[in-house]
Amino acid sequence: MEPKSIFSVISPIMVGPSSSHTAGAVRLGLMAKNIYKEKFFKVKFVLYNSFATTGFGHGTDKGLLAGILGYMVDDPLIKNIFEIAENIDYSYEYVQDISRHPNSVDIIIDDKMTVCGDSVGAGEIRINCINGFTADIDGSYDTLLLMYKDKPGMISTVSDIIQKQKVNIASLHCDRSSKGGTASMYVALDIPVGEDVVEKVRQIKDVFFVTNIRKL
Amino acid sequence: MTILSFAELAEKCKAQNKAIYEIAQNEEACLSGDSIDVIRLRVLEDLLAMKQAVKNGLKSTEKAISGWCGDDCVKLPERFKKRAALFGKAFEKITTYALATAEENLRMGRIAACPTAGSCGIVPSVIIAVAEEENISEAEQINGLLTAGIVGLLVSNKVQLAGAVAGCQAECGVASAMAAAALTQMLGGDTNEIIQAAALAMKNILGLTCDPVCGLVEVPCIKRNAFLAVHAVTASELALCGVESKIPLDEVVDTLKITGQLMSPLLKETSQGGLAKTKTALALEEVLFKK
Repeated sequence: MEPKSIFSVISPIMVGPSSSHTAGAVRLGLMAKNIYKEKFFKVKFVLYNSFATTGFGHGTDKGLLAGILGYMVDDPLIKNIFEIAENIDYSYEYVQDISRHPNSVDIIIDDKMTVCGDSVGAGEIRINCINGFTADIDGSYDTLLLMYKDKPGMISTVSDIIQKQKVNIASLHCDRSSKGGTASMYVALDIPVGEDVVEKVRQIKDVFFVTNIRKL
Repeated sequence: MTILSFAELAEKCKAQNKAIYEIAQNEEACLSGDSIDVIRLRVLEDLLAMKQAVKNGLKSTEKAISGWCGDDCVKLPERFKKRAALFGKAFEKITTYALATAEENLRMGRIAACPTAGSCGIVPSVIIAVAEEENISEAEQINGLLTAGIVGLLVSNKVQLAGAVAGCQAECGVASAMAAAALTQMLGGDTNEIIQAAALAMKNILGLTCDPVCGLVEVPCIKRNAFLAVHAVTASELALCGVESKIPLDEVVDTLKITGQLMSPLLKETSQGGLAKTKTALALEEVLFKK
């Protein structure tokens, strides 16, 4: 595990009332926005366990929505987000499922992408699943996410493109549905890469989705 | 952070002849690649946000969602003007600042989570109030906050600091241990006294549940900030007198984690037990959800 920073326990500077339920929710929303990137019209939040039972009083509903609309954790406007978000079709569902983390959410955007994440305490978050593929993204690194047809050589092709930019790879994680099926790759980077790199990765044969996830 | 336990931290302080905060800023500089000056500036930014939250909290009497809370902190200075608190000016300020910050938090105001938002009044109130009363420099307040930070960090490496995971022990309880460490640093305590202060504070909050009424960070969270801020002072004063925890801090942290695992989920931020299930709480819930 990566060592954590002291600032994870003496910050963030945020609007209240709960670091896990408000700031964590905003950051999960922000991550979903950073992953999806495109303009969206409809979002559904499925809240689990403590997020579901005590989320209302902690502003979890407001935080998630504010995050996906791009508001930062210390923005005083989060309080009024329902008035601000009038033009967005947003909805909430509340579920109990003890197999999930106590503070967990699925964010479903435009019925196209599902981002699942946990608020793990003190405002820290973890995205653990995107469209059914396991992930492990905590927002502390710029991360390149791609989905492609599973085949040999993909890792070296991608890492070669990144290496040519003299960017160091902090960690790399792959998952696949089945041999030769759909696969996903998360590449955490020490410094962000430009859109030109993303475009090069997009041009690789059998890559059908690439996004450049900005760190929080 | 390469240090995994308080025993290791103490060893490192001894080997390098450095204070805990110096180890903390060095480790943080290594981790981030920033200079120590930059690290200290970031800590200052937190400290200033904490001071601003106290100021904002002291000015406002805006009530929170429940309509129950938000106007308590202004009552304290009124009373203390007429009759000084038994424990003196520092006590007056600590309790007032803790409530001011916690109330600012519940109305969705801007605060610094330390370690969490629900416990955001504890570390700031102790640092700010004592600094004012004892004329402690800004640099020394930063040293205090760095000391609190490394204490919280080492705990968080073992247990997630969330009421949903380990009850209020992991939020206000850990905040109180952090504040005790910060205060002991600011009052000139050595490495052992700082660690003992944190151990004494933590040992005496084990088992603290998280049972917020209606799921709001209001009852009992707000006033608990004032209580556990004062609790931190008790721990610090005892440690500075040379009182030691018979159980070392590392083992107390392990105990906190295990106690959290043994705690019923009903008492871990689900509002399904404890104060949240009292007659009065249920009546409020009915009013609230009818709105």
